Amino acid sequence: MNPKVAIFRKEHFNAAHRLHNPNWDDETNKSIFGKCNNPNYHGHNYDLIVKIIGYPEPETGYVIDTKKLSDIIKRLVIERFDHKNLNEDCLDFQHLNPTVENIAIVIYNLIRPAIDDALELQIRLFETENNFADFPASSNF
Amino acid sequence: MVYITRIEHFNAAHKLFNPNWSKAENEAVFGKCANENWHGHNFTLYVTIAGEPNPDTGFVFDVKKLSTIINACIIDKLDHKNLNLDVDFMQGKLCSIENLIIGIWEQLSPNLPSDVKLHALKLYETPRIYVEYFGK
Repeated sequence: MNPKVAIFRKEHFNAAHRLHNPNWDDETNKSIFGKCNNPNYHGHNYDLIVKIIGYPEPETGYVIDTKKLSDIIKRLVIERFDHKNLNEDCLDFQHLNPTVENIAIVIYNLIRPAIDDALELQIRLFETENNFADFPASSNF
Repeated sequence: MVYITRIEHFNAAHKLFNPNWSKAENEAVFGKCANENWHGHNFTLYVTIAGEPNPDTGFVFDVKKLSTIINACIIDKLDHKNLNLDVDFMQGKLCSIENLIIGIWEQLSPNLPSDVKLHALKLYETPRIYVEYFGK
């Protein structure tokens, strides 16, 4: 059998957020999260890479049509988060701290139902060029 | 004449919003950038100075010292902040990157040594949108 191929689609969204645990006092929040705790929020240009792994279909040569993949990501993720305040505007983070780790998990769970079960899905989310998260974590970097 | 550039970064929230307009007018002009709960960006700031290399050091100006000045005057005021609410030099101004770059120039220029000429600023809001300013 031919080996599987990974196909990637990149999208982006710009959002405000803050890191905060409502169960802690202000001093503890500040000491753990530092300037990421600013009560007036800060923001990022998030870069999202969606990885799909599967076998190319014989008729098309596609693992997945990347135009359709882009439409899925835009409909389920970008429209939900772009130019939003993740803490204030997004129900996903009403009780969840919007760290890049948690956002990656949320994005995976939003996209997974829209992708064929036969295909593997992985998410890589860049909060800045130096900080990014993978979900599910993989031993392949 | 040699131009040397130092690049710095800051991550901040903002919104585009004219307080003299209604919410509907703001949304019609600024679209989703008018979200009253803010949105944000990773901003990249390019600071370019001009001069001749010093015969003893080869420097136009020591860029480590330039970085220290930029961080003290600009980055510390903007990074992980809300540009509309937290930044003294943006109070009363519409928080577009056009206005922000002028504000950054006005903050930075007086804090450079008198023999250092600030040539240009370039500010990226996203990889696809940037402004440049060369002073008045």
